[in-house]
Amino acid sequence: METIDKTDKMDRVFQRPEALTKATTHYCPGCGHGVAHRLIAEVLDELGIREQTVGVAPVGCSVLMYNYMNIDMLEAAHGRAPAVATGFKRARPDLTVFCYQGDGDLAAIGMGETIAAAARGEKICVIFVNNATYGMTGGQMAPTTLVGQKTSTSAQGRMSERCGFPIKVAEMLSVLDGPQYIARVSVSSAKYIARAKQAIKKAFEVQQLDLGYSLVEVLSPCPTDWHMTPQQAVNWLEENMLPYYPLGEFKVQGV
Amino acid sequence: MEKLFMTGNEAIAEAAIRSGCLYYFGYPITPQNEIPEYMSTRLPELGGAFLQAESEIAAIYMVYGAAGAGMRVMSSSSSPGISLKQEGLSYIAAAELPCVIVNMMRGGPGLGGIQPSQSDYFQATKGGGHGDYHLFVLAPSTVQEAVSLTGDAFDIADKYRTPVMILGDGIIGQMMEPVEFEQRPRSKEYDKSWALSGAKGRPRNVIKTLYLDPQKLEQHNLKLQDKYQKMKEDVRIEHYLCDDAEIVIAAYGTVARIAKTAVQILRDKGIKVGLLRPITLYPFPYDHFQEIAERIRKVLVVEMSLGQMVEDVKLAVNGKAEVAFYGRTGGIVPSYEEIAAELEKQLF
Amino acid sequence: MSEEKKKERRARIAIDEHFCKGCGLCVDACPQHIIEISSQVTSSGYYPAACPDPQSKCTGCTLCARVCPDVAIEVFVKQKTNHGERE
Ligand SMILES: Cc1ncc(C[n+]2csc(CCOP(=O)(O)OP(=O)(O)O)c2C)c(N)n1
Ligand code: SF4
Ligand code: SF4
Ligand code: SF4
Repeated sequence: METIDKTDKMDRVFQRPEALTKATTHYCPGCGHGVAHRLIAEVLDELGIREQTVGVAPVGCSVLMYNYMNIDMLEAAHGRAPAVATGFKRARPDLTVFCYQGDGDLAAIGMGETIAAAARGEKICVIFVNNATYGMTGGQMAPTTLVGQKTSTSAQGRMSERCGFPIKVAEMLSVLDGPQYIARVSVSSAKYIARAKQAIKKAFEVQQLDLGYSLVEVLSPCPTDWHMTPQQAVNWLEENMLPYYPLGEFKVQGV
Repeated sequence: MEKLFMTGNEAIAEAAIRSGCLYYFGYPITPQNEIPEYMSTRLPELGGAFLQAESEIAAIYMVYGAAGAGMRVMSSSSSPGISLKQEGLSYIAAAELPCVIVNMMRGGPGLGGIQPSQSDYFQATKGGGHGDYHLFVLAPSTVQEAVSLTGDAFDIADKYRTPVMILGDGIIGQMMEPVEFEQRPRSKEYDKSWALSGAKGRPRNVIKTLYLDPQKLEQHNLKLQDKYQKMKEDVRIEHYLCDDAEIVIAAYGTVARIAKTAVQILRDKGIKVGLLRPITLYPFPYDHFQEIAERIRKVLVVEMSLGQMVEDVKLAVNGKAEVAFYGRTGGIVPSYEEIAAELEKQLF
Repeated sequence: MSEEKKKERRARIAIDEHFCKGCGLCVDACPQHIIEISSQVTSSGYYPAACPDPQSKCTGCTLCARVCPDVAIEVFVKQKTNHGERE
């Protein structure tokens, strides 16, 4: 830590949010999960709801999220976060409840729970981190892996003849009547990160207003399993994921 | 005291409500549909929540969520649906969350049939899902007993912070009997400071099952094991005409009720037979069997399965008495005549 | 050197090496190009970012902090010019 120059009086204009703990994360250098965590924490602080919020952690690289978020949290089984969040929210409708899930967790093993919770208009927020791979288990093909993208179970690149096409979760869920806010954002660069925070804030506001289900899909780099440097990974994301997964708000009601 | 004429399923639902259970999550399957149906009208009236989940998997994780909020919560299903809940039950046991699950067993394996069966004994008592854990398992043999055990189930769940299973079958669930409900004051307030409520004015609470460090996971498993040892103080068994018995029938649930009639018939014939009816299947009443094995010649285990509880009886008896088995399966319920005839065969 | 000293420092950042994993994303994000990766390894085995900023070029724009996945950067701005902290 640099020593602070006591002679020039300066205001701290950017600091670690209160809703994050002081723990260093286990994430790889340049991993997008860290930015996504921070944005959620900033939103909880800004809305003043850190002490009224309960998070549900997934199984995936972010399974240890409860070590990093300074809030009450439950760990769900792989894919089941929306069901856990539903049970909790039904028991404590006065609290704000969110799920944090990866693409394998949400769009493969947990797709049933995802669609059902969205269709019910369950009053929960889902932060869906799409890094186009299974990070935790070593970079296997995910439901969101791009056609042609190489993974440890699609060494020649995902072939649509055999493995079909990546799922556009935000678009797919936005045709349902239950969701009140659905957006796709990216944490690949400062400009997109600012918009990502706006979207996450809206998603929580939807729940504050008791309107219903909200989901923010966050395109996020996984340098390790993409076998890239952090810089290459954010560039690859912007060049390859943005064209297939357009950013924007797909459903906006009440906020 | 009011006397109501109800199916076992409805009686269990009402008993749960009277024990302070205001949250229910489940998925339709025969023969337990009267439980969710009953809950779907009663719980919203009481300010609780009923939700028909998208699957038994989702339902058990909704239970996990509501239990994490510190609420009394319940789910029910039947064999194939209970199989789907196993991963969730393993998580709930690992996270030490209290809840009550009802399994109205039907014939298996696979889709099997919808007639009564006891073939999920292994699954219920030996863990069922992955990892070193157990459920506390209660087996009622009448509708009235189902009512009182349902109340007890919630207390045991809170006492040990553990999932409790009520193990019945289609007969218990769908038979109508007159039942009395005592208004059950909660025996005590259980500490729920572990529950999640937003980290207000206290350090954050975390409910989790992941222990990456093997030392810590071993410690956690040993802690659970201690709890399972302690549960022995809540073992329950019914001894029926065992004092002078030379041979006893061992049976639980529906079969025990039928076997009781068989015992009466055999007694009328002058045969010194008794009935041992485990009420807790886990923890299993090993000591009671051990003790009785010293003074009887034989135990005839009767089940609606091809032999599951019989393994625990053999373990308990440990060669001190002979253990015989009679079972019907596939949804066939043995008659008392059939059981009596089998016992008479075993006399020689 | 004396010229640099004269220029008034408007803003500065503090990089906490305890959190920094040397990913370099802040280096690319800084419009003033004043962040570099240090050649001194940290106790956790990373080459951390550093911002010596001898010419006091830092504007306090916070872009470096916003892209940092490890929340290793704090940004300080001279009083009265406090802007852009919270959206
Ligand atoms: C029932 C079950 N199946 C499989 C796994 C193994 N598993 C752990 S994480 C994971 C995939 C994680 O990928 P994703 O959800 O995309 O999250 P990421 O790690 O990329 O953040 C899998 C398959 C598991 N823990 N449980
Ligand atoms: S494997 Fe990928 S998703 Fe997982 S921590 Fe590393 S960079 Fe992040
Ligand atoms: S972005 Fe953060 S972690 Fe990466 S080099 Fe800069 S300060 Fe370090
Ligand atoms: S605050 Fe802006 S100018 Fe200063 S180091 Fe960070 S990115 Fe560069």
